Amino acid sequence: MVKTKSLGYRAGMTLIYALLALIALFCVIPFIHVIAASLSTPEYLASAGFILWPVQFSLDTYQYIFSTSTVFHALGNTVFITVCGTIVNMVMTILMAYPLAHNYLPGKKVINFLVVFTMMFSGGMIPNYIIVRGLNLINSYWSVILPGAINAFNLIVLRNFFAQIPPSLEESARMDGCSEFRILLQIILPLSMASLATITLFYAVAHWNQFQQPLLYLNDSEKWPIQILLRQMVILASGAGLGDSGAMEESYVVPQQSVRMAVIVVSTVPILIVYPFLQKYFTKGVMVGSVKG
Amino acid sequence: MPKTAASSIQTQAAKKNGFWAVLKKYHAFYLMLIPGILYFAIFKYGPMWGLTIAFQNYNPFQGVLGSQFVGLSHFQRFLTSPECGQLFRNTLLLAVFNLVFYFPLPIIIALMLNEVGNKWFQKIVQSLIYIPHFISWVVVVGLCYIMFNNQNGSITQLYNQLTGGQLNILMSAKAFRPMIVIQMMWKEAGWGTIIFLAALAGVDVQLYDAAYIDGATNFQRLWHVTLPSIRGTVVTMFILRLGKFMDTGFDQIYNMLNAMNRDVGEVFDTYIYQLGMVAGQYSYSTAVGFFKSIIALVLVIITDRLSKNMGEDGVF
Repeated sequence: MVKTKSLGYRAGMTLIYALLALIALFCVIPFIHVIAASLSTPEYLASAGFILWPVQFSLDTYQYIFSTSTVFHALGNTVFITVCGTIVNMVMTILMAYPLAHNYLPGKKVINFLVVFTMMFSGGMIPNYIIVRGLNLINSYWSVILPGAINAFNLIVLRNFFAQIPPSLEESARMDGCSEFRILLQIILPLSMASLATITLFYAVAHWNQFQQPLLYLNDSEKWPIQILLRQMVILASGAGLGDSGAMEESYVVPQQSVRMAVIVVSTVPILIVYPFLQKYFTKGVMVGSVKG
Repeated sequence: MPKTAASSIQTQAAKKNGFWAVLKKYHAFYLMLIPGILYFAIFKYGPMWGLTIAFQNYNPFQGVLGSQFVGLSHFQRFLTSPECGQLFRNTLLLAVFNLVFYFPLPIIIALMLNEVGNKWFQKIVQSLIYIPHFISWVVVVGLCYIMFNNQNGSITQLYNQLTGGQLNILMSAKAFRPMIVIQMMWKEAGWGTIIFLAALAGVDVQLYDAAYIDGATNFQRLWHVTLPSIRGTVVTMFILRLGKFMDTGFDQIYNMLNAMNRDVGEVFDTYIYQLGMVAGQYSYSTAVGFFKSIIALVLVIITDRLSKNMGEDGVF
């Protein structure tokens, strides 16, 4: 089909290309600015304005934030929570999604309904806190990992994916005397890589970005993940954030602008690095699971 | 999964032999379900039982069973308090702003992306606009604090130099709602295009060809073919968003709140946190939370029915 290349059409298309380029730029400019500023010499930053390239390249700021163990430690906590949490997530979600993918399983409808209901209604912040406290998990890393162990939406996506694998594969394995666990591990999972990769990514990113649960449950500043530390250093300390000041420590030195930028970069860069590799998976995986927002 | 003859016979045989036979037959499946069921029971349904403290004067030392029962007094107190109106107003306004300004954006971007012929350009733009979705709200608010800081924010300085005024975003109540919506647009508009791009990809090419043969201009093609084809998706997403309007997102709002904008910014989730976790009013804040959850549930059910009545898929 040949498109009519009228002047109006060309003008329209140019506008579309320009707008899209602008939008894409708008999405990444804050990052470029913050990365550039964090790689600049701190003294020049105040007069530099909205830079997109380091002014007087220097690694001073990064040297500074890694000179004490605070940032490193928080990053370590986050990595630990992300790795452990995602493993727990995937094991539990897979184990639950697989049986529910079988239409003939008695009780499936009831369980499905109970799962879906939790997406519509929940106990709320305080009752959740009471449960976690009742299990003696306050201040333990498990308080951040267990309450979110299975995301109902991810469960449904994975269940639907398993459900459309041809049953003949399972049945022939069953006839050969294969146990259900082996069928799951050796037949179903290898076929589900795209979906599994997508869901793993969603869980991992959710853990990395977790804020509310650590805020509620992790009282020890030793255990703070990077988002909590970030809030402390960037938001609370800029003088405009007057949240609950009880969360700030006494002898607190307000970080400079460049330090704040560096901490943001450090907490975001891991995701930005992993992102390109996983992008090919999730655009496909999201389609397969038919995301409804 | 299509019901094969074999599986129907399986179910019938199982029913004939009773509960324990069923358990034995599918024991592997039920075993696999145990961790998940335990999880939902403890961490999802357990707290729902905890809602009973909304009807009590909960005392942590007396526990749920030992605390005094007070019926609906907490609910009465909340509904007659000035905060009730304030919370509803703030939540409602944010939801409306979101619906008007944020909602059309992914659709427009998806439509534009769909028109672009150059695949390479399309892929790059898509890659870039998805990135903000993976960033945490703390980082987003943090970026805003850095750029709009009254003293040394880079954008603040730029604005002041250009206009000679003094830009005050972070400490201003007027700027709060626009900032929230702009942040939402920046973070989620790109990711939101995915579902619409999928819908656009599903439009029958023959419809476009027919329109071309009938001499339609590009704009007519858009109006008469493209838009009606994605109408279903747009309506479904709109209704879904309506159903979620009580959800404002704790992370974003909490981090943006300060003494200056608390009036316009306080929403249910942050109020419950403040009241319950900081001020220790467990029962009262749980009552507020319960109230909010009920309204959200009712909304979701209504919007689900609405959606199905219009012939689209429901929420579930």
